[in-house]
Amino acid sequence: MSPTMIGIYVFVLSCFVGYHVIWGVTPALHTPLMAVTNAISAIVVVGAILVAGFHPNEGQTGPIELVGFFAVLLASINIFGGFVVTNRILAMFKNKKKNSG
Amino acid sequence: MTSFNQDIFSLVYLIATILFILGLKGLASPKTALRGNLFAMIGMMIAVVATIINPEVKNYGWLTAGLAIGALIGSTVALRIQMTAMPQLVAALHSFVGLSAVLVAIGTYFAHHETGHVDSTLMIELAAGSFIGAITFTGSLIAFGKLQGLLGSNPVVFKGQHLLNLAMALLMLGCATWFVASDTLLPFLVMTLIALILGFTLIIPIGGADMPVVVSMLNSYSGWAAAATGFTLGNNLLITTGALVGSSGAILSYIMCKAMNRGFISVILGGFGGDAAVATTSPAGKGVKSASSEDVAFMLENSSKVIIVPGYGMAVSQAQHAIKELYDTLVEKGVEVKFAIHPVAGRMPGHMNVLLAESEIPYDCVFEMDEINSEFSTCDVAFVIGANDVVNPDAKTNKSSPLYGMPILDAYKAKQVFVNKRSMKVGYAGVDNALFYFPNCSLVFGDAKAVSEQLVANLRGTGH
Repeated sequence: MSPTMIGIYVFVLSCFVGYHVIWGVTPALHTPLMAVTNAISAIVVVGAILVAGFHPNEGQTGPIELVGFFAVLLASINIFGGFVVTNRILAMFKNKKKNSG
Repeated sequence: MTSFNQDIFSLVYLIATILFILGLKGLASPKTALRGNLFAMIGMMIAVVATIINPEVKNYGWLTAGLAIGALIGSTVALRIQMTAMPQLVAALHSFVGLSAVLVAIGTYFAHHETGHVDSTLMIELAAGSFIGAITFTGSLIAFGKLQGLLGSNPVVFKGQHLLNLAMALLMLGCATWFVASDTLLPFLVMTLIALILGFTLIIPIGGADMPVVVSMLNSYSGWAAAATGFTLGNNLLITTGALVGSSGAILSYIMCKAMNRGFISVILGGFGGDAAVATTSPAGKGVKSASSEDVAFMLENSSKVIIVPGYGMAVSQAQHAIKELYDTLVEKGVEVKFAIHPVAGRMPGHMNVLLAESEIPYDCVFEMDEINSEFSTCDVAFVIGANDVVNPDAKTNKSSPLYGMPILDAYKAKQVFVNKRSMKVGYAGVDNALFYFPNCSLVFGDAKAVSEQLVANLRGTGH
């Protein structure tokens, strides 16, 4: 099986996992769901790091480094923005439980 | 790199994948959600660290700078953002994932060119990653502009629009084919440029009322972009994560469409909502009754059960905290108070729940439509604050109404309904509300926050 074919297998099976997991999410938490999926979709950071770190450090900057830098920057904003805001929202739901006894 | 080392990295990525799945699973309940988010964060950390120590990465300066600056910007924005502005934040973050995917595709192309051969499978994958990312990027920017109020929320429609989009899509596929055949950068860039324009033209015709669907849909796109990037890198972690996010967004879009009784295709084609579409179906000559805040306070105080129906109008006037006061006052007086949330209340899925949670209203008295609809007939007062279309009984009975078929909250079944409105202006869908003319319905005019505060004052003053 070619690597692409394996990728397609993984992709299709993951869609099924996603389908079942996401239907289990309570509607009250759909906003944090979007925020956290936002954060994890920034997993493209893996690709961005590979691009940014492609050339050994020779003290000169080519287009690859710049492209990689911006890709890492954007993904990193997403990772931190997404996780931090999700945490903030979920903490609100947590507090409420205590108040109501 | 030896295949043993490669397997170690794959194994570490698998652990990250599992942590992401557990993270999403945690959202099944508010009790486990925070732990779930922690799992997802650990998963991301593992993935980032594993990638950095990968021998393929030879230069740490640029990536460290990118990660650090991104961390600073992301955390600052996330800590400061107002909960009413969550839809905008989410749209902005989608656009970043999209652009990042485009940049990774371009960078990967450069990199592979330097090390040798770029085969046609890789080129197809790069093209897919770039165009999905590009559409996500500009589409999300437009959604952000509409939500933030920088652009009008009215749909922008013109003749031949769909034909133009189709033509651009075909042109884009043509460029992708040219790229794969020629292995040069120019067609790749042209294709990406067309995709950027396409993202723009696909979202402008979609009106403000459909924004919850658009935001969910772009959420889905950002996932597909990540999955496509995974194919270019041959990385199963990205493929899996992209698929999870993609299906999440797709399911949310489906839920939103169903809650509005709108077909997904018709949302995509756009043209719905905004000021342009005004269709009054109200019985002419019938007037509405209005009630003073004293009347409402009196009725609320003498009820045993009250259901509050909040809508986006509540968020616009920042009335959440005043409503929490109202809730506390009524509970103190022994009134049972519940909140009823329509799936499309607010500008994104679950938005209203977050706003209520922020104002510290206990989440166990906040109910979804299906859970609470049967209870309206047993409640004394239904108090609608800043919601309109989602309580319009025309959706059930009037076949000529544009809302016909949309599931609604059955507020009209309550013994008494009070609707807080600023004016007689129509709702987001541009449709008059038959509920206002019901004999058991009275309107309370005024700003949601001011009215709520007035009610609290009345209740506190007269309650002893």
